[in-house]
Amino acid sequence: MKQIYLDNASTTPVRKEVLDAMLPYFSEQFGNPSSIYPLGQDASDAVAEARSTIASLIGASPKELYFTSGGSEADNWAIKGFVEANKDKGRHIITSAIEHHAVLHVCEALERDGFEVTYLPVDEDGLVSPADFEAAIRPDTILASIMMANNEIGTIQPIAELASIAHEHKITFHSDAVQAFGHLPINVKELGVDMMSASAHKLYGPKGVGFLYIRKGVKIANLIDGGQQERGKRATTENVPGIVGFAKAAELALAEQAEEMERQRAIRDHAIARVLAEIPHAKLNGSATERLANNINFSFEFIEGEGMLLQLAARGISSSSGSACTSGSLDPSHVLLAIGLPHEIAHGSLRLTLGRDTTMEDVDFAIDSLKTILENLRSMSPLYEDYQKTHVGSIMDKMKAAGKKNIS
Amino acid sequence: MAMNYSEAVMDHFTNPRNVGEIENPSGCGTVGNAVCGDIMRVYLDIDENGVIQDAKFKTFGCGAAIATSSMATVLVKGKTVQEALEVTNKAVMEALDGLPPVKVHCSLLAEEAIHAALWDYAEKNGITIEGLERPVNDISEHEHGPHPDEDDGDEDED
Repeated sequence: MKQIYLDNASTTPVRKEVLDAMLPYFSEQFGNPSSIYPLGQDASDAVAEARSTIASLIGASPKELYFTSGGSEADNWAIKGFVEANKDKGRHIITSAIEHHAVLHVCEALERDGFEVTYLPVDEDGLVSPADFEAAIRPDTILASIMMANNEIGTIQPIAELASIAHEHKITFHSDAVQAFGHLPINVKELGVDMMSASAHKLYGPKGVGFLYIRKGVKIANLIDGGQQERGKRATTENVPGIVGFAKAAELALAEQAEEMERQRAIRDHAIARVLAEIPHAKLNGSATERLANNINFSFEFIEGEGMLLQLAARGISSSSGSACTSGSLDPSHVLLAIGLPHEIAHGSLRLTLGRDTTMEDVDFAIDSLKTILENLRSMSPLYEDYQKTHVGSIMDKMKAAGKKNIS
Repeated sequence: MAMNYSEAVMDHFTNPRNVGEIENPSGCGTVGNAVCGDIMRVYLDIDENGVIQDAKFKTFGCGAAIATSSMATVLVKGKTVQEALEVTNKAVMEALDGLPPVKVHCSLLAEEAIHAALWDYAEKNGITIEGLERPVNDISEHEHGPHPDEDDGDEDED
């Protein structure tokens, strides 16, 4: 059976060019970058080159780029490290209700330590309002953290505008760009972000490596005390193959970005149009326009998401859902609830995220399969039975009547 | 996610037995709550000797919810009303070779759905079924399996 991988926001395969770039650093070029003999210096040069490559891709200086073990570590460090070094200036943080757990759970932990956090709401598209952001600023606000693009619904935030408001009020601005880096043009100076997190495995690089951009002048506590790696802020012998692979992956992703975004956007919009035209009681989650080119997220009424994923998997299609049943917790996705979905609808969500290998045919096959699967699951659903008998009680019908967009 | 479902669960999820409705059923019960993501409805056709001749179900819920409803209807078919009461959530789980811990509540819901249909039958016929208590229509408020801690690492880490 042909396997169709439509979960590229979760992770991506390491591409061949990246693997080839990494391989020598596992064995022949195994030196420790801190050693002074040639083997060590070669490794040190490779890390330095990778740092320069990525820094130039985002418009930063190499000294502003710190490698980490991944996106979650970068988010944790940015927020915890910043408040640790700046808590004498204030104890208030602003973030959004739809951040990744690597930001949200850090903020919750800080609240337990006596910090105050404002979780900005988002509109039905998942957008943070700059006016809300400005209104939330207090004299004791020291940090704002707003993600560049959302991992579930793909909504792209107005980061430049938010960062500029933050700076007018002398607030440091961090952005989790894990879903955006490699997929959107990013220049840290133009955007005005002071810190930014990214991860390699979302752009065909290896797992276990990410970076935190820290603008020169931003005070941040060390993450790991020890050796002089990462300018003494994050000790630990460098993940040389990972770092080399990350730089190669970033270089390739940015070189192909414009073309690939356009290609994926066409597939995405085709898929969205097909679902809305061919599947009744479906709702596009997130913005139709301010959206990552690779993200498709729908809710389907009368069914629960896990059954849909299992049946898609049985047809060789890998996808994900914001259903509670797929997360091991009782509540459905906090992102879907934040954009105003009732629990019943949030349980029936499906996320398809495209990649560089995804073709129009793959997505058409997925949607054809989805139609059959939904008919099957709905035929089993007591909610659908009630709806068919009475034609009342559809939450999506009510949402549509209330003027909500992109509902079939 | 990586749900470790047994082959029996996957079989009953993929090819559920007894999906559907019964017209003019002897008893029908619906339990659960869409907010929590599980609703089960069971229809029973019970003859004059109190034997369950047919059982059908409809379920809104995850793979385990569909599989437990399917298995529960299989287990009660052909049994007397009294015997059907012995089809507990444990019996359903055993017949499915177990469920992941977070899915145990699905088997409780299946047991409750059978009880709700039996209760409806008893009420319609003005009889008392020994050992049958008024079903809890919304068990999610009372019992929803173990709550994983925030830090058990089960959440999607995109």
